[in-house]
Amino acid sequence: MTTLLDVKDLKTRFHTPEGTVYAVNGISFHVDEGETLAVVGESGCGKSVSMMSVLQLILVPPGEIAGGKVIYRGQDLLKKTEQEMESIRGKEVAMIFQDPMTSLNPVLTIGRQICESLRTHLGLDQKAAEKRAVELLELVGISDPANRLGDFPHQFSGGMRQRVMIAMALSCNPSLLIADEPTTALDVTIQAQIVELVTKIRNTVHMAVIWITHDLGVVAGIADRVMVMYAGFIVEEAGVIDLYENPCHPYTSALLGALPRVDRRRDRRLKSIPGAPPSLLMEPHGCPFSTRCEVAVERCKSENPSLTPVGKNHHNIACWIDIKTGVAR
Amino acid sequence: MESAADHIAVLTPDDLETPPISLRQLTWRRFRRHKLAFVGAVVLMMLFVYSFGGAFFVSEDYANFNDTTISLNAPSQIHPFGTDAIGRDILARTIYGGQISLLIGMTAVIVETVLGILVGALAGYYGGVVDNILMRITEAMLNIPEIFLLIVMAKFFGGKIPDIIFFGRVLSGSVVLIVLIIGGTAWMYLARIVRAEFLSLKERDFVLAARATGTRNTDIIFMHILPNCLAPIIVTATLGVANAILTEAYISFLGLGVQPPTATWGNMLDSANNYLESAPWLWIFPGLLILLTVLSINFLGDGLRDALDPRSRAV
Amino acid sequence: MNGTLPLVIVENLTKHFPVMRGIVIQRKVGAVRAVDGISFIIEQGETLGLVGESGCGKTTAGRTLLGLYPATAGVVTIDGHNVRSARGREMLLVRRIAQMIFQDPYASLNPRWTVHSIVSEPLRVHHLFKTEAERVERVQELMGLVGLSGRLINRFPHEFSGGQRQRIGVARALASDPRFIVCDEPISALDVSIQAQVVNLLEDLQDRFGLTYLFIAHDLSMVRHICDRVAVMYLGVIVELADRNELYEHPLHPYTGALLSSVPVPDPRKDRTRHRIILAGDVPSPINPPSGCRFHPRCPLADERCSLEVPEWRLAAPSHWVACHKV
Repeated sequence: MTTLLDVKDLKTRFHTPEGTVYAVNGISFHVDEGETLAVVGESGCGKSVSMMSVLQLILVPPGEIAGGKVIYRGQDLLKKTEQEMESIRGKEVAMIFQDPMTSLNPVLTIGRQICESLRTHLGLDQKAAEKRAVELLELVGISDPANRLGDFPHQFSGGMRQRVMIAMALSCNPSLLIADEPTTALDVTIQAQIVELVTKIRNTVHMAVIWITHDLGVVAGIADRVMVMYAGFIVEEAGVIDLYENPCHPYTSALLGALPRVDRRRDRRLKSIPGAPPSLLMEPHGCPFSTRCEVAVERCKSENPSLTPVGKNHHNIACWIDIKTGVAR
Repeated sequence: MESAADHIAVLTPDDLETPPISLRQLTWRRFRRHKLAFVGAVVLMMLFVYSFGGAFFVSEDYANFNDTTISLNAPSQIHPFGTDAIGRDILARTIYGGQISLLIGMTAVIVETVLGILVGALAGYYGGVVDNILMRITEAMLNIPEIFLLIVMAKFFGGKIPDIIFFGRVLSGSVVLIVLIIGGTAWMYLARIVRAEFLSLKERDFVLAARATGTRNTDIIFMHILPNCLAPIIVTATLGVANAILTEAYISFLGLGVQPPTATWGNMLDSANNYLESAPWLWIFPGLLILLTVLSINFLGDGLRDALDPRSRAV
Repeated sequence: MNGTLPLVIVENLTKHFPVMRGIVIQRKVGAVRAVDGISFIIEQGETLGLVGESGCGKTTAGRTLLGLYPATAGVVTIDGHNVRSARGREMLLVRRIAQMIFQDPYASLNPRWTVHSIVSEPLRVHHLFKTEAERVERVQELMGLVGLSGRLINRFPHEFSGGQRQRIGVARALASDPRFIVCDEPISALDVSIQAQVVNLLEDLQDRFGLTYLFIAHDLSMVRHICDRVAVMYLGVIVELADRNELYEHPLHPYTGALLSSVPVPDPRKDRTRHRIILAGDVPSPINPPSGCRFHPRCPLADERCSLEVPEWRLAAPSHWVACHKV
């Protein structure tokens, strides 16, 4: 499996009147061709900001990509100019967002929006672009696609708008799709439809997917590998089965323990994590989870552990303690 | 005491990231960064000191004392702003005139604010028939030309309102009339703004929560919703002062304003009408004062608007 | 149950929102049939879940039940009081014993009020204490119950996080010592780990004070965890109502089945091998619901009868109600 995207030590900050927000604090990960990486975490963990940094979509100022490399097919995206990035976004790497209503221009028909992308990136003429647009709409399951090209975004339901976004994202056959909470705002039955659609597409066109979400159920259904983020750090990454059956970081384990199950009878209270995530306004010192961790020791408060492998199977965690024994590893 | 939520570590003030800071303090911080607004506020304060503090140095009788032998004298040492057509000292008259103009400005705004809030709040909150009626009245008032209203009301009520005594000064009844007229013709703008705010705020969850608690409608209107639309009210009121002062000026120019010998900046401009070129000091000084007042109020209003609008991108 | 009357009785509750046209004179041209005749009871001390997807009317149902929206039809009885006909004193009493917790922690607290004012409002409205000192004491007690220090009562909502604000909302709901609380999606806007905190808190309070809950939510996993019985809504009507395990393990209505199969399970092996019933199309508009059984256009089992006849609400199994021709 060739590595498509290799991010090393990415750091992103925001300079606000209240101080500097340390949103992403040196994360390193990779995505291989055709694989689906899920990025999981709660609000404020940095999952959206890191992916937007990858595509240089962070508004600078007040944002600042303070360090790191983003190697895509051998080239460092962070060193590219805005113009160069424009030819990569949409064409090589596509991104879809949570709220399709704000991602789509409400005063342009969707046909025009899809065709715009096709004509800019692939140089198609109007007729060819329209033909391709109809194909794409059919691919994402929109009925009567030829007639719907002339419709406006508000004439579609939430789920259909998300499908249109996916169609636009796929229009230029990107190698990588970054999906930022694409189903969070959708009903569960529509979510199931969209997940099924994306799975079908990525299998057909061998596209890599980075799926950002806070929903550990969706992750279980779609991911090959999972990366858990907390306070701007990666705390655990593993293959999907490994992560759920053998979570090694206290945060991951606590998160899984806080989930109710639709398929099981209730057996115990939900495990809640006391306290709250640390303020991102302070430069991180020590392990970010140490204030809420059940097995934390002195060392955790002063030294931030880096990602190290645990066992085989490419399972890495950032932790000093073995949660099964409570003893330092 | 034992908490039902024993497993939750109790949240203490130390856990909150920031020290207590009320919305008012935040607003003040944002306001201070707006330099023009600050200058405006300072100038405005100085103008108040000039008009009300100046009275300690110059008596009203002196302001009204006329000596035709020194009429239309250019500015000199004794009369720094010159004298007017019947020999009265202009400097003194601007001081006392300022009191009236500023007073009119502020009280007219009180009238229009109260009216505007009442109409807007009731229309926005209750909707339906109440809204319909109130809005039709508002629109009717908006459609009638202001000058027409001013002239009609001035002609009709002029001379019928008795003099009042205000902090030791005798004010002609025309002052009260002017205040009512200006206030009564300017409330509509605020009413629409307040109505719009109420229409959107009454759907918010905290209002629903108050209703679920059993809070009475009047309390919901004045204690819950109104405090949340202070921003446009404060801004409109502030700018309304400038508007009132200008309106007073041109009512006076029409000859319908405060009657002499009481001075206002506006009627000083009026009496300068025949001497525009020959004795420019007659209109330059009151005109400048009006200009300064209106400008500084506008800057102040701008700053307040930025500071109070939670959607603006400041701190 | 020991023969006491149910605390909450809902019969044929209906709420239509008229659609108006016209500028000067407005005419009613149609109605959004948000809630179209639902009936259920809630026993004292139990938690009834009301689930459904967006547009099914569950939030409207909760608000209409409490009389926050005037009902178009139906009867709601809370502790013997008829909510629709209650006026003055009786209405105030209803407001005291029946409370609500809201979904959006950022919109449900007045940003200009201190925490103290917010939590003590029910105390003032219902004249529950004589002096301000007594009210302050009660507010601090309530804050303690939800895990917030009493020293925070002079702060403002914007100083707190979402989960903390939700706890303030819970404290406010408890202030008048209610018997019944409608929880309208109380955890949807919160992070996963905070959801667990708030849910545990709600359960503890229920145990301690004998509270009765109507838990409105779209998160089926959480509903299974916290509710005793569950009702499933679709397009303004309840299609199925059963004890929790019975509903989740033996769903009878095709919509329930599809809904349950769509819920992702945090177990990769299981989730990928599940058989998902994927429903076609989108939820139709509540202005013009389909004829007969509202679900028939999307139902894999529908036949002609389903498009013509509204299915009867009946007992299909012990304590298991359903409205479907095919069951």
